[in-house]
Amino acid sequence: MQSLGIDVLFKGRNLLRLLGGLWVAVRISLISVALSIVLGLLIGVLMTGKSPVLRGVFRLYLETVRILPQMVLLFIVYFGTTRLFGWNLSAEVSAVFVFTFWGAAEMGDLVRGAILSIPSIQRESAQALGMTPRQVYGYVILPQTVRRLIPLSINLITRMIKTTSLVMMIGMVEVLKVAQQIIEANRRTSPNAAFGLFAVVFLLYFAICWPISRLAGYLEKRWA
Amino acid sequence: MADILLELRHVHKRYGENVVLRDLDLTVRRGEVVVVIGPSGCGKSTLLRCVNALEDIQGGEVLLDGQPVRQEAKNISQMRQKIGMVFQSYDLFPHKTILENVLLAPLKVQKRQRPEAEAEALALLERVGLADRRDDYPRQLSGGQKQRVAIVRALMTHPEILLLDEITAALDPEMVHEVLEVVLDLAKNGSTMLIVTHEMAFARAIAHRVVFLENGEIVEESRDPKAFFTRPATERAQRFLRTFEY
Repeated sequence: MQSLGIDVLFKGRNLLRLLGGLWVAVRISLISVALSIVLGLLIGVLMTGKSPVLRGVFRLYLETVRILPQMVLLFIVYFGTTRLFGWNLSAEVSAVFVFTFWGAAEMGDLVRGAILSIPSIQRESAQALGMTPRQVYGYVILPQTVRRLIPLSINLITRMIKTTSLVMMIGMVEVLKVAQQIIEANRRTSPNAAFGLFAVVFLLYFAICWPISRLAGYLEKRWA
Repeated sequence: MADILLELRHVHKRYGENVVLRDLDLTVRRGEVVVVIGPSGCGKSTLLRCVNALEDIQGGEVLLDGQPVRQEAKNISQMRQKIGMVFQSYDLFPHKTILENVLLAPLKVQKRQRPEAEAEALALLERVGLADRRDDYPRQLSGGQKQRVAIVRALMTHPEILLLDEITAALDPEMVHEVLEVVLDLAKNGSTMLIVTHEMAFARAIAHRVVFLENGEIVEESRDPKAFFTRPATERAQRFLRTFEY
């Protein structure tokens, strides 16, 4: 074990600190994912709507988000807008904002695709039963959309969780940053800690993402 | 004229340059079964879809009980509840069980009480022989079973008229019979129906009136289906019926 440098993990409160860092990453992604799903559903519905103006606006939004690296977005929001508008955004709020801004766009596009993949006859048979447009969406289109979304959005959610590692660039101490700090602090006594700790970080990410992807598999089968 | 339930007046429908229904007039009386036949692409299905305003029309009007059925009207969802429709591809809601499928409209659209609506749903499912499948999902049913459920679903809003759009066209031959039995049963009980079908024997057995449609126009209309199917008056109907012989 000595050679792998994992023993560093059990020195002092290192393990707890690492888990605390993991919680920061998970918290940011949980909040962002939840907001992204809600906003994404709304955006997806609007993107399939009749208004060409709205469709154009959301198209532009989506392309913008896709072109900009998330890190640039983080910098713009955390360093740029705080300066420009003089408001006081914490790093966490900035991070949630950026991840939601990104997630809602991607989710919106997934929702749009999922809605369009539902045969129009489903909508028509709901209309023929006398449903209002809102009821058609609420009882027929969206429940089926959500089922089709699961496998697609899981991919996005795990990508978002992994990308939270960027928030250390705006000074947040999340799991990867904690690992770095521990490695730095133990550079003399355990020079191999970099391998051991990053391996542990890898396993932690795996421990978070794997159950989510299992859950997706399960839901997919159940709702197929 | 009091017993006229559905009236189409000068209905004109086109997709771009392509005229599908040309100045079409048609009335259906209460309790009457009208069967529309014609070559594919003649506008039969479009005709049905115009009745409950799934398609917009470019001219004329559709009246149910003297009230206009218009796509943009505020009361369109109320009007559609009076017009039941069954489609070729059944189109049950795949994420809901059989019972949920047939209860959705009465509970959510008509806000009826669950015990009462459920009792009716089960009675109707029983009548089509599917009460024991109430908790299954549509994918577990055969095509013929799904189509019988779709009929029950359409009946649950207590429509004044049923539109049946080639409801056996997607079924395996051995399942056609079980579905048509249900429809014959409805006709016997006095349901008003407007039916589009390719099953000539069925049309002959069930129709009070046959309408032969070609190129968006009614070419021939007959109150005597037996006579129509043996000796149609127009040459075009003769030619069409001959295509069913071998």
